Amino acid sequence: MRYSALSVLWQGLTGHKGWTRQWRDPEPKKEYDVIIIGGGGHGLSTAYYLAKLHGITNVAVLEKGWIGGGNVGRNTTIVRSNYMLGPNTHFYEKSMKLWEGLEQDFNFNAMVSQRGVINLFHSDPQRDAFARRGNAMRMAGIDAELLTPAQLKKMVPILDFENARFPIQGGLIQRRGGTVRHDAVAWGYARGADSRGVDIIQNCEVKNILRSGGRVTGVETSRGTIKAKKVAMCVAGHTSQVAAMAGIKLPIESHVLQAFVSEGIKPLIDTVVTFGAGHFYISQSDKGGLVYGGDLDGYNSYAQRGNLPMMEHVMAGGMAVMPAIGRVRMLRHWGGIMDMSFDGSPFICKTDTKGLYLNGGWCYGGFKAAPASGWCYAHTIANDAPHPLNEAFTVDRFKKGRMLDEKGVGPNPWIQ
Amino acid sequence: MHQINCPWCGKRDEAEFQYQGDASVTRPKPNASEEAFFNYVYMRENPKGWHTEWWHHVSGCRQWVKVVRNTATHEVHTTGKPHDKLSKPKAGGRK
Repeated sequence: MRYSALSVLWQGLTGHKGWTRQWRDPEPKKEYDVIIIGGGGHGLSTAYYLAKLHGITNVAVLEKGWIGGGNVGRNTTIVRSNYMLGPNTHFYEKSMKLWEGLEQDFNFNAMVSQRGVINLFHSDPQRDAFARRGNAMRMAGIDAELLTPAQLKKMVPILDFENARFPIQGGLIQRRGGTVRHDAVAWGYARGADSRGVDIIQNCEVKNILRSGGRVTGVETSRGTIKAKKVAMCVAGHTSQVAAMAGIKLPIESHVLQAFVSEGIKPLIDTVVTFGAGHFYISQSDKGGLVYGGDLDGYNSYAQRGNLPMMEHVMAGGMAVMPAIGRVRMLRHWGGIMDMSFDGSPFICKTDTKGLYLNGGWCYGGFKAAPASGWCYAHTIANDAPHPLNEAFTVDRFKKGRMLDEKGVGPNPWIQ
Repeated sequence: MHQINCPWCGKRDEAEFQYQGDASVTRPKPNASEEAFFNYVYMRENPKGWHTEWWHHVSGCRQWVKVVRNTATHEVHTTGKPHDKLSKPKAGGRK
């Protein structure tokens, strides 16, 4: 069913009885051309673009839980392309462009809201660093603008401009950045892939990756063995675990990142503000809840729950930059497991096993990347060769000394 | 909140410590191969379960503590001094 204003009107007049389910619930077939392990935002967008752009529809997406239950439903919904290093800049801008046309493309309301993303700065050197980043973006054709305190005061009056330790001297804004309803991204891609023939199989955990003579032959799952010509791993958070099934060791550690939502309040902030100096960022959802977060807890974890010291640290950051939120009550908090790569940049590449592909290492930036990640991964799988946009995202960049260390912190994922 | 038993100071809150990564990797000899250094600097087992790791007691005695902790449950099994050989339990920690 194609969604439109007319279909909503018609359903309204006929008692909303004609809405059909978004995607089928098929039994796994014996064999597929491509199996995608992981039905998150990236896996689903990969399936969608494989079917839509490359005509490969004999595809299964295997998800051990349910669609929308992993990191695609655990992030803070921010999209942006304010990166500085060449490969990252172009890749994330591709993603931004896909976000801009996504709802028309997959005929689903993902509530893409280009409300702007502002990075605050507090000193002359930090302003210079942000100006440099902004210039790098503009040279790549991406919008970036330095805001004066006066401009910022108009946009976000509740910030504490006179903070004693971190007085706000301005901000770098990407106006095309913003937020997207994350669940709808998973649903929209799932629906779009399913309608083109892709089987989305939930509650199907991959237990082993089958290989023979240096070639992948299929997967063993909790619902039986499924053969495949190509297998694509797409399980950020658990990439080390799944890759180990194929004997692959990676420069990745899994870490927990927390996020928080407050009770719903009236409109307070209509953009996204990041306070990097204090490890805090915030936006407001359309329901009114403040959505905010900070840094990693900072130790290896697969637990999907955070700990109190980091929670206190994030709240302290919020109080420093936005004291007005001090009386707002926190409603929910949760943790997601991040694939922290050793330079902060992702992997979309082939592996040494023929027909086996790797997508992972998204650190805490995976959500915004979902469209371009799927777009590039689909290209890589279909052609058995990377697209220029993802050819730098290989594992051997570490051996060749071509790390993409956007933050310049070196091989210490827990401080990224 | 993790509580980590510092061999010098006793049981202290996580907030006094700074995590310093996987303690199962050891620095190769200076004349070791490039491959050995690559593995040491970048490659990790990243286990879901028991993990031997470094915690620096930075707001305490400033010693490095070796810790066996479960990455799936956050349970701390045992701690020791840097040169202690710590064994991992066979089964997973409490859920």
